Amino acid sequence: MIEGILIGLTTALTFQNIFMVMIGCFFGTIIGMLPGLGPMTAIALMIPITYGFDPATGLILMAGVYYGAVFGGSTSSILLNAPGVPGTVATSFDGYPMAQQGKAGKALAIAAWSSFAGGTLSAIYLLFMAPSLSKVSLSFRSPDYFALMILGLTAIAAFSSKGQFLKAMMMVVLGLMLASVGQDSLSDITRFTFNNMNLTDGISFVLVVMATFAMSEALTIILKRNDPTAAAKQVSLTELGSIKINKEERGKMYKTIPRSSVIGFLIGVLPGAGATIASFLAYGMERNLVKDEEKEKFGKGSVNGLSAPETANNAACSGSFVPMLTLGIPGSGTTAVMLGALLGFGIQPGPRLYMTNPEIFWSVIMSMYIGMVILLILNLPLIPYIARILAVPKNYLIPLILFFSITGIYVMSFNNFDIYLMIGIAVVATFLRLYDFPMPPLILAFVLGGLMEENLRRSLLLSNGSWEFLWDRTLTVCILVTTILIVLWHIYKTLTKKKS
Amino acid sequence: MKLIKSFFSVLFSALLLFSTTTVNSIAIEKLHFVIGGGAGGGWDGTARGTGEALTKAGFLKSASFENMSGGGGGKALAYMINTKPENTILVQSTPLVLRSITRHKGYVSGNGTLSYKDVVPIAGVIGDYGAIAVAKDSPYKNFQDVVDAYKANPSSIKMAGGSVRGSMDHLIGALAFQAAGANPNDVAYIPYDAGGKALAGLLSGETQIISTGLGELMGARDQVRIIGITAPERVADAPDAPTLKEQGYDVQFVNWRGFFGPPGMSNKDKKAIAKMLGDVQKTPEWEEVRARNAWVNIYNPDKKFVKFLKTQTKEMTALMKKLGVI
Repeated sequence: MIEGILIGLTTALTFQNIFMVMIGCFFGTIIGMLPGLGPMTAIALMIPITYGFDPATGLILMAGVYYGAVFGGSTSSILLNAPGVPGTVATSFDGYPMAQQGKAGKALAIAAWSSFAGGTLSAIYLLFMAPSLSKVSLSFRSPDYFALMILGLTAIAAFSSKGQFLKAMMMVVLGLMLASVGQDSLSDITRFTFNNMNLTDGISFVLVVMATFAMSEALTIILKRNDPTAAAKQVSLTELGSIKINKEERGKMYKTIPRSSVIGFLIGVLPGAGATIASFLAYGMERNLVKDEEKEKFGKGSVNGLSAPETANNAACSGSFVPMLTLGIPGSGTTAVMLGALLGFGIQPGPRLYMTNPEIFWSVIMSMYIGMVILLILNLPLIPYIARILAVPKNYLIPLILFFSITGIYVMSFNNFDIYLMIGIAVVATFLRLYDFPMPPLILAFVLGGLMEENLRRSLLLSNGSWEFLWDRTLTVCILVTTILIVLWHIYKTLTKKKS
Repeated sequence: MKLIKSFFSVLFSALLLFSTTTVNSIAIEKLHFVIGGGAGGGWDGTARGTGEALTKAGFLKSASFENMSGGGGGKALAYMINTKPENTILVQSTPLVLRSITRHKGYVSGNGTLSYKDVVPIAGVIGDYGAIAVAKDSPYKNFQDVVDAYKANPSSIKMAGGSVRGSMDHLIGALAFQAAGANPNDVAYIPYDAGGKALAGLLSGETQIISTGLGELMGARDQVRIIGITAPERVADAPDAPTLKEQGYDVQFVNWRGFFGPPGMSNKDKKAIAKMLGDVQKTPEWEEVRARNAWVNIYNPDKKFVKFLKTQTKEMTALMKKLGVI
């Protein structure tokens, strides 16, 4: 292994490769910040260019774009409530409220440090455990994924406090309903498409997020422009650009980052999950692990609540290289495109990649360390300036958000229908917001619901229609028991609190 | 700098070429490719790769591309039929045939299901054969072993695939079992929502075999044993993968990708484009693109292509009836 690391280091540290990491990180950050345009499209369009390079350089560049996008995606989540990539949706849950409190610079700094730590720690996990991690990738079967999605749904508790329970549950149901639109993923039946061809592929996750978060947020601000309480919320902008993280906040991050990086990395290694699921799970788990007074702050600008998903999505991003490189299994659209490029180079992924092309395997991991440092250097000094976006008068900022939301969705599909659909959903979401319905449960249910249904039905197919799969495997049982314990714990806490 | 420039030019051509629709004069001066899916997909790669080879080899002055997602490609197909754009061709593949059979999810336009007959088939250019594989440590060494195990205990074989019931992945496996004398409808097919997820399902041990496109398995060649491909003879990119035919199962299936013109395209234009698509396959420029994507050349022009589509429609209709998906 030492030999491999040295080979990787010498490859990654050539002038050309460091340059490529920089280019990749730079473009990744920009692509990540722009809502709609994701790393998958960017990498797909880049492939013809990378064929001029040797395979290691090409992969280093593509990887840089990928983790750069996940890194940069948090910026628009925090500032505009418009997640740049799906993996940073959970970042906006606490990042956006924090920015609204006038602490945008701090929120961005926490996100940057968390991303950096998540990416670096997971690169360390990769370095020491990659050969054995391929087994982890294959340890999950459909029933386990089903159980994992159920566990993920417990994160909804974070948004159902203070008498919001019923509203949160209604949003969950709405999310599940939206997820069921389109061709169902097992049989070939189309559901709720109203014979409209544009709906047969279902509603895209990014579209729902843009509509319910960015657009409806902008519309709400317009509607509430004469509201005196909203005007009172216009905090002084002096602190906006400050990136100082105080000792107490640092203390919180020291606890959050290690555990979130492990969760994120492990979920990232699973081909059936990915960065989005990882960030949601980390967010939910973090809320279960923090003290009660911090728990109350979740969804309203908690440091832990911002740091956890930001650490996890970057960790998951590095983790997703495990099944791609050691098994040749792509877990997401982005890794599938990268795998295709790798095959185009004539590189055969698999357990033997360490032996046949050590320079590729190790140099990509090594380039991740360099990339993380570059991203930090690239992002931190810019924060004070980027955060000033919030100082832009609302009558300029709101049209900009609407413009980027609409163009972002359009360049994803080049289909006008998606724009109408997004506006429709945004209008409905705006009304729901005015009546205090929380949006995150809808998003959570939308993402987890589709996967939950698919894995449940697949499990039933595999077990010939019997429900035995729920207790057949130790792993399934473990995850389900954890879920039950979390729910019982919450019930117990609520009951004891009422008594006192 | 070159990199940044070319990155932006690619990016912006993707964004801006949307507006280039009116093109006239000589047939092969300019060609506009309509792609029914997003960047990075199979159709996208085929169109952009073909366009690149055609322009580099000097057959075509300029190629432009337009992504038009929606309805699993139906949106783009309807666009071709309704607006009949000039000097524009559409990239499509086997789903065009399959969707014209399954009415309830077909490319519907007003009063019926759209098929290849509604556009002008120009030529099939590349293809991917179907493949059946097991995990490397599987006790099954060839397709016969799988069939024997299935016949002894039908529930012992679960077949993974990267798409829904009645999709291409399902049909590939069903064809093979049908050729072995089994009722394809009795074989348990386990659908996943992507080829990669189906592979993970196979390797995690929840299914015993996988039925999908050969291209989908190339990345995981070290983890799987391909026990049968649906090609007439072994292919150069995977010489150790036996054909089903050589094992005594008469199965042939190719997931073709090809180009179609709008209805009313003149015979002269069609022939010229078909010829160009065939000639380009002999050039080193094409070979470079082909090798990079591990495509299999299956040049199949004009009338031959129409005949092939007719046969495939007939065969698939029969099979899908048996499977109860229509």
